[in-house]
Amino acid sequence: MNRRKSIIIILFLCISILILLATAGIYITEEHYAVNFANKNSPPSFDHIFGTDFMGRDMFYRTLEGISISMWIGILATAVSSIMALIIGFFAGMLGKKIDAFITWTIDLLMSIPHLLLLVLICIATGGGTKGITVAIMLTHWTILARIVRTEVMVIKTSEYIQTSKRMGKSSLFITIKHIMPHIIPQLIIGSILLFPHAIMHEASITFLGFGIPKEIPAIGAILSESMNYLTSGMWWLSVLPGLTLLFVVILFEVVGDNLQRLIDPTSVQE
Amino acid sequence: MNRIFKRSNVVFLGKTLLRLLVLLIALSVATFTLISFSPIDPIEAYATGNLSMSVEQKILLEQKWGLNDPPVIRYFKWVGRLLQGDFGTSIIYNIPVINVIADKVFLSLALMATAWVLSGIIGFLLGIIAALSKGKLADKLIKLWCLILASSPTFWLGILMIMFFCVKLGWFPIGFAVPIGIDSKEVTLWDNIYHMILPAITLSLTGVSNITLHTREKLIQVLSSDFALFAFAKGQTKIKFVRKHGVRNIILPAITVHFATLSELFGGSILAETVFSYPGLGNVAIEAGLRGDMPLLMAITLFSGIFVFLGNFTANLLYKVVDPRIGVANE
Repeated sequence: MNRRKSIIIILFLCISILILLATAGIYITEEHYAVNFANKNSPPSFDHIFGTDFMGRDMFYRTLEGISISMWIGILATAVSSIMALIIGFFAGMLGKKIDAFITWTIDLLMSIPHLLLLVLICIATGGGTKGITVAIMLTHWTILARIVRTEVMVIKTSEYIQTSKRMGKSSLFITIKHIMPHIIPQLIIGSILLFPHAIMHEASITFLGFGIPKEIPAIGAILSESMNYLTSGMWWLSVLPGLTLLFVVILFEVVGDNLQRLIDPTSVQE
Repeated sequence: MNRIFKRSNVVFLGKTLLRLLVLLIALSVATFTLISFSPIDPIEAYATGNLSMSVEQKILLEQKWGLNDPPVIRYFKWVGRLLQGDFGTSIIYNIPVINVIADKVFLSLALMATAWVLSGIIGFLLGIIAALSKGKLADKLIKLWCLILASSPTFWLGILMIMFFCVKLGWFPIGFAVPIGIDSKEVTLWDNIYHMILPAITLSLTGVSNITLHTREKLIQVLSSDFALFAFAKGQTKIKFVRKHGVRNIILPAITVHFATLSELFGGSILAETVFSYPGLGNVAIEAGLRGDMPLLMAITLFSGIFVFLGNFTANLLYKVVDPRIGVANE
C-alpha cells in the first residue's frame, strides 16, 4: 500500500467519525439525558459510560449533544468565515493599493485585540446566546485566511500566464474563474478545515466563561463550567471525559486538514 | 551614539508612535461601538449593586452619565475624559477604573511573564531535542505532545491541573492569589508566588507547541546546511555543533516569534485566571463583562491593545536586529 492510499484511508476514517459525531446530536433527545435522581453522581459504568451528574443525567449523551452543537456552530461559522476570507482577500489582492491598504489595516486592527477579548466584546454587543457566539466566531476568524488568499492572488495576478490571457482578450471574469480560483479554492478548503479547531475551541472557551450558549443547553463549555463546582468532590468524569471528547474532535480535524494538504500539495506528493 | 540617533531611526520611532495613536483611536471607536450596541442597561447594571436606588435617583444618574446623548457625543465625552486620565468609575468596585487596573495589572503581568518565559525555555529545548532526533521516537513523541497541547482548551487543562495537583495531591492551593482569611498586609511574596505556580504552568503549556515546532523546523534547516555538513565532516559532534552554531542561529528568530504570541498569551491568561480564580486583569475583564461594568471592560480592552502592540513592535524591532536586510529594505 502506498502512502497516497493510506492517506485516503485515514481521511475516510476521520471524516466518517466526524460526520457520525455531528449527526449524533440530531437523534439525541432530552429523554436520553433525562433527570434521574435515583442514579446521581455515579462513576462511568457499562450503563453510563461517561457516568452521571448531580441530577443523574447521563453524561455520555449530554457530551454527544454538546459536541454536536459545538460542531454545527463551528461548521457554520467556519463556512461563513471562509467565504468572507475569499471575498475580502480576493478584493484586497485585485482592487489596487488603496483598498488593499484599507483591508490590511482592518485585519491588523482586528488582530490587535486579543482574540478572546474581541469575542467577548462581540458577544456583549449582540446580547450573547447561541446566536451571539455564532456571529462572533463568524466575524473574527476570516483574518488569517484572508491574508493567505490576498498573497496568493497577488502572486498569481502578476504571473505570466495571466498576463498572456489578458493580452489574448479574455475578460477579467473569465480569468478569475478559470485561472485564479482553481489555485485558491484548494488552499481555501484546507485553510478552513484547519480553521475549524480554532472556531470550536473559541466557542467552548466563550461558553465556559459564560458569554456564549446558555447554561440550559449541554454545550461542552457549559458542561465543563458546571463541572467546576465538583472539582473537590473527586467526580473526575464530569470534566475529564467531555474535555477529552472535545480534544478528540479537534485532533481529528487537524489530522484531516494535515492529510488533505499532503494529498493536494504538489511538493509533498513524492514523499 | 550617532548610530542610535540616526535620522531613519527617529523616523521609524515617529511612525511607530503614529501607528499606535491611529490604532488606539480605531480601537476606542470599535470598542465603544460594540459596547453601545449591547442590550445591557448601565443603570440597571449599577442598580443591581445598589439595591436602595429609587426611580428618581436612576433618572438623575441617567442625566449625570449623559445616557440620553447620541452615541457620537457620548464617545467624544468618553475620549475627552480618557485624555485627561479619567477612565471613569468601575460599577462593580465603585472606585476609579484606573485604580482597579493598577491593583490587578502586576498580578497579571507577573503571571503572563512567568508563563511566557517558561513556555519559551521549555519549547526551545523540546524543539532542539526534536530536531536532533528527527524521525526517531523522541521526535514523534514531542510532535504528538505538541498536537495534543495545541488542541486542548486552556481552561480544560486548568481544570485537570486543579484536579490532579490541588485536590488529589494537595500540593497547591485552589485559586486566588493569596491565602483566604489573611490580612492583605501579612501576605508574603512567597504566598503570591505559591499561588501563581499552577496558573502559570497551565498558561505556559498552550504556548509551548508553537515555539517547539518553530525551533524544530529552523534547527533542521541549520543541520542540513553546508556549514553543518562541514562541521560534521571535521568530526564535530551534533551536541557540540548545536551549542556552538545551532543555538546562535535559531535563538533570535525564536524570541521574535515568541514576542508575536503575546495576543494569544493575553487570551489564555483570561481563561487561566478565571479557572484558578486568580485576581488578575483577565478575571476582572470577565467579571466586568458578565456584570455590565462597561467602563472597566473598555479600559482593559484598550490596555490589551497596547500590550499586544508592544509585543508586535518588539518582534518587528528584533526582526531588524536579527536580519539587517529587512532594515535596509525599509529605507
